[in-house]
Amino acid sequence: MTATKYPRIVTGTHGPEEGAGAGTPWPDDVPPEQDDTWYPLRDDPWKARRMEYLIAAFWAVTAVCGIGLMVVYWTGGQTQLEGALFAAGAGCLGTGLVLWARFLLPGHEVTGSRGHHVSSPEERAAVVESLSRGTDAMMSRRGFLVKKVLAPVGGIFGIAAIWPLASLGPRPGRYLYHTKWYAGARLVTEDNRPVHVSDVMVDGLLTVFPEGYIGDASSPAVLLNVGTAAVSEPYGESGFEVVSGANGLVCFSKICTHAGCAVSLFNVLSMQLICPCHQSTFDVLDGCKPVFGPAPRALPQLPLGVREDGYLYAKHDFYQPIGPGFWNRGSDRQYFPKVSS
Amino acid sequence: MSTVEERSASRKRAQRQGQALDFVDDRLGSSKWIRSALDKIFPDHWSFMVGEVAMYCFVLLLATGIYLALFYSPSSAVVTYHGSYAPLDGQKMTQAYESVINLSFNVRFGLLMRQAHHWAANIFLAAIAFHMCRVFFTGAFRRPREANWIIGITLLLISMLEGFSGYSLPDDLLSGSGLRVVYSIVQSIPFVGPWLAFNVWGGPFPGSSAFLQRLFVIHEFLFPLLLAGLLGAHLAVLWHQKHTDFAGPGKTEKNIVGSRLWPQYAIKSQALLMFVAMVVFGLGGLVQINPIWIYGPFEAARSSAGTQPDWYVGWLDGALRLWPHWEFRSFGHEIANPFFPGILLPGIVFTVIYAWPWIDKRVFSDYGEHNLLDRPRDKPLRTALGVAALIFFIDTTLASATDLIGNGLQVSFELLIEILQYGSFVGPVIGGVVAYRTCILLQRTGAHPVQRPVGGIIVRDAHGAYHTLGAEHDGHEGNGHGGPEEVVLGAQAHREA
Ligand code: FES
Repeated sequence: MTATKYPRIVTGTHGPEEGAGAGTPWPDDVPPEQDDTWYPLRDDPWKARRMEYLIAAFWAVTAVCGIGLMVVYWTGGQTQLEGALFAAGAGCLGTGLVLWARFLLPGHEVTGSRGHHVSSPEERAAVVESLSRGTDAMMSRRGFLVKKVLAPVGGIFGIAAIWPLASLGPRPGRYLYHTKWYAGARLVTEDNRPVHVSDVMVDGLLTVFPEGYIGDASSPAVLLNVGTAAVSEPYGESGFEVVSGANGLVCFSKICTHAGCAVSLFNVLSMQLICPCHQSTFDVLDGCKPVFGPAPRALPQLPLGVREDGYLYAKHDFYQPIGPGFWNRGSDRQYFPKVSS
Repeated sequence: MSTVEERSASRKRAQRQGQALDFVDDRLGSSKWIRSALDKIFPDHWSFMVGEVAMYCFVLLLATGIYLALFYSPSSAVVTYHGSYAPLDGQKMTQAYESVINLSFNVRFGLLMRQAHHWAANIFLAAIAFHMCRVFFTGAFRRPREANWIIGITLLLISMLEGFSGYSLPDDLLSGSGLRVVYSIVQSIPFVGPWLAFNVWGGPFPGSSAFLQRLFVIHEFLFPLLLAGLLGAHLAVLWHQKHTDFAGPGKTEKNIVGSRLWPQYAIKSQALLMFVAMVVFGLGGLVQINPIWIYGPFEAARSSAGTQPDWYVGWLDGALRLWPHWEFRSFGHEIANPFFPGILLPGIVFTVIYAWPWIDKRVFSDYGEHNLLDRPRDKPLRTALGVAALIFFIDTTLASATDLIGNGLQVSFELLIEILQYGSFVGPVIGGVVAYRTCILLQRTGAHPVQRPVGGIIVRDAHGAYHTLGAEHDGHEGNGHGGPEEVVLGAQAHREA
């Protein structure tokens, strides 16, 4: 397409190939004449002038957009207008540039040699020679200094140099095995109200924290009222549920065992908790065992108790580590002693 | 203006330019280099511009990013909001979140800059991904360009991390959930996971007060520096090796056909910068993105449905959804679930991509140097593999939006996930086979998949006479690829034209 419009020329800058592969002729459809100043509208001053005006008009719009942007700024800013003016200004500037390059600036297709992007064998040999000047001397006596001394010394010193990285964080220790729940901790809501047995309606749910640790990232739990429905408790143990009249209260870690999102959706019809992140689904009546999705384990259950005054408390921290897995977590079961009810 | 006048003006200009260049050359001896730079030839093909789009996105990202950094506060100190955005009044939030809200509502042009920055990041990654596909499907990574492939993939990797770290800075509910998931992925690494996570975050999730600062330093200093350095190296290698080109009339392994850097290519390239700016700022002003004031500040006890990561991490999020509920446990140790889709999968994917130039050599027993590109059809196997990988990518990306798609199509997300789980196996196989057969078919017919036929398709009619189809065409260049016969035919067609 372009070939019919522009004369093709052979560049003289790099010259034809030398050395290996020399004598490769230029492609025979490349005409020999060279005119570096040719552009499409060169021979038509009238059209060229009109093109100049057109380009100038585009750039004038850019200037108007610039003034517009300043006005918008002075008058307090307006995001949509700012974006539109910015876009129009840049677009017109770009369009002008394209027209300019396309019609008024030299730019026909040219053919050049790729030249050599690699060095000759002699040059390479010379480099090896220069290198050996150093390495031969360094590696004398079978490289005693380099291999036996410098390498281990560098290793030791290098490790010492990156050692301060260890200050970046504490060691995991037992952090991942515990939450802020403790024996006797009252359940409180986000706004620090203690939770009474009658606070949650049947089929209702509430996000709770251990008293004194509202907002702690490992401790959020979800308290559900399953009414009189039968619930299974973990590993056949009892003492997790609080039953009072028509209320049956169970409490689970809200941190998904898949990747740690807050399990915050509840389907009342199927009594399932659903994690919005990757749609793991947990069956509340069956100890929040996962029934769909990538979550590999049940949500840990909090052993609930109720005080004389009717407020709920935790009899213990979650027995097993909450949330997603990790290398030393062990299996859930090993964390279950008999729970005293 | 008369020609005489113009000529004398030109002479004067040349004199002045000469003086300026003398000044420089007296000190740097740079004339030879400048001459060859100005005369440098760049082939014209639209697909070669996409890498440039990425580069200009990077420029805009730097410009808008510096502006944003002047307002952002990387602090996790908790404050109570009493600003101009009424719905959040009285809410507790981190200073980081508050600073982004203030930037969005109280700083003139602040929201434009923020949204433009976010859009530019998405386009940046899209351009890089497209550029990589172009290089892959045309075999531009072959010798001598392996180094630039490696640098390019590293650029992609760092850009993804850079994008994710930036997405996380506002400390809103969405990005907080994203960070929670990433924390879990890091924590799931065998042996070192918990230790690594504790060191990066400065403690158990959500990390110490230093974490946001770390993220900020990584996002606005460490990664941009790496990107700028690697981009420089990428361009330097390209400059030295010169651009690849499609085969075509008059094109050989030893020559290069195109327009010169000065003025044609330089001006057009600046125009491209302007067009990228037009799109980025147009979207930034007119199309809302990441409205963090709707999501609210991050709280560990909350996450909302319909959470969507930026598109380029969607495939990993989708993989997390598709990987079954397996994790492996023995001898008191376990390899936790997120490790497989979150670390192993991208690990394998990137290893294969990094190693591809060498795998490709072995597969096609082709260890030679190439400056002319393959057409995708020339290497059906490579094309099929690439298509299969793309379909896998699309499948997992779709999986990251199962809730949204499910709502839209009135399908349960369970069914959708199951379909996509099978799809991640079946889809690539089907796609690969179709691509392979299409390549073979195109090889036989010599037709262009989208353009009209080119050059010499010779048909023989019932009387035994030969006709050339499409003889009146204007010689699509860059289209007469393939075997030597085709090139000859293309060249002849060209001479006729
Ligand atoms: S974090 Fe809950 S399903 Fe992934």
